[in-house]
Amino acid sequence: MKLRFATLSILLLSSTLVLASSSWLSKVPKADRARVNPYAGNAEAAAAGKLIFEDNCAKCHGDDAEGRHGRPSLRSERVAHATDGELAWILRNGQAFHGMPSWSSLPEQQRWQIITYLRTLLTDR
Amino acid sequence: MSVSVQLCAGLAPSCVLKVPRSSFFSRRSGPTLLGLLLVLATLAVSLPHAALAQEPPYFVAYSSALEEPGNLEIAFKGLTASPKNANAFMSHTLELEYGATAWWTTELYLQGQSTVNDSTVFTGLRSENRFRFLPTEHWINPVLYVEYENISAADKSLLEIVGNDSISDLQPSNAELYGETEREIEGKLILSSNAKGWNFSENFIAEKNLSNEPWEFGYALATSRPLALAGSSRSCLFCRQNFTAGAELYGGLGTTQSFGLASTSHYAGPTVSFEVPHGPAISFSPQFGLNDNSAGVLWRFKVAYEIQQFRDWFRHNSFRGGSR
Repeated sequence: MKLRFATLSILLLSSTLVLASSSWLSKVPKADRARVNPYAGNAEAAAAGKLIFEDNCAKCHGDDAEGRHGRPSLRSERVAHATDGELAWILRNGQAFHGMPSWSSLPEQQRWQIITYLRTLLTDR
Repeated sequence: MSVSVQLCAGLAPSCVLKVPRSSFFSRRSGPTLLGLLLVLATLAVSLPHAALAQEPPYFVAYSSALEEPGNLEIAFKGLTASPKNANAFMSHTLELEYGATAWWTTELYLQGQSTVNDSTVFTGLRSENRFRFLPTEHWINPVLYVEYENISAADKSLLEIVGNDSISDLQPSNAELYGETEREIEGKLILSSNAKGWNFSENFIAEKNLSNEPWEFGYALATSRPLALAGSSRSCLFCRQNFTAGAELYGGLGTTQSFGLASTSHYAGPTVSFEVPHGPAISFSPQFGLNDNSAGVLWRFKVAYEIQQFRDWFRHNSFRGGSR
């Protein structure tokens, strides 16, 4: 009985770890991936997004979004190739077991403004 | 009139500073708890790298928002009231909240109170942990809250209302109450939703005194919304996005022996917060008693300051030491 319980626990734990370690991009539902940024290309929204980024994101990802203390750069190929919808999904949901908090309590408009700003960084590369 | 200072033994809730009847906060009362809290609050405000939190402006209810990993929030929570048939009082709570991970926030409260025509007492401490156990956002997001309290019966922070708590419990003098220590565990199920800029939070509270007393229950409901949902493109102090308004409703639900609304107290009121860009968040709420067991009005305020990536201060040192 004890052996069965231990085996079941190990199986559950390992499957949780495998699921948790897979890339967040693979977890984004199709409908979220296809979402369109209502502020795409809007310079004023990008300026607002820069201020929100400095207040909330720069502490981990760095003022230049290059990443700090092992936290990921937001100028990476992965972010460049992600759709706006995918970035919106990771901002809303976070990756709690990988250190990225959920930003769902930040209004959705402000999350889109951050994405608009990130796009300007990616075109500056 | 003289000031008598009794022994303050560590963090035990038995530290009393007698305040003269003629003055509520006397110069002669020495380094009171209030003074200590003010020094700590001033120190927090003078620290660099502080910025906004994303927490709603609630005093009793919790939302699913946790402290961001590595951040340390230092907050001073105050409550003042003049209940009928009792002396006016002011409760002071120092709150240290740390984001251990993105799914775990841990917090320590140090509490005290000053009562007019009575004394200032240290009333004890609380240690709480909040765990977010679902990896993604849902329509309703659950958070589990576990707390241990070691507080005196003289505590007047009213950080939650449970069981048959009544404002008349606070009528006896501090001398009568402070020696009565309550060691309690408390659990909360926090449910929270974010939709179209609004936050809706519902808390269900169960508290157990570790002595042979029944479980006590309570609830807290709250909602809030920033005054503007989109950010401004220019840096500004009084932008509408920096203000959040909402409302709270909370109260007791009796005990396992007498579950229900009979002989319980309840409060409701508006709440507003102002987040100074790169500065503290200031919250204020008048909360009105809804029945005879409640105080007329509780005036609550909070000043919170977040030290961003406090953890990196130590990591930076390890980089210099060449450990990474």
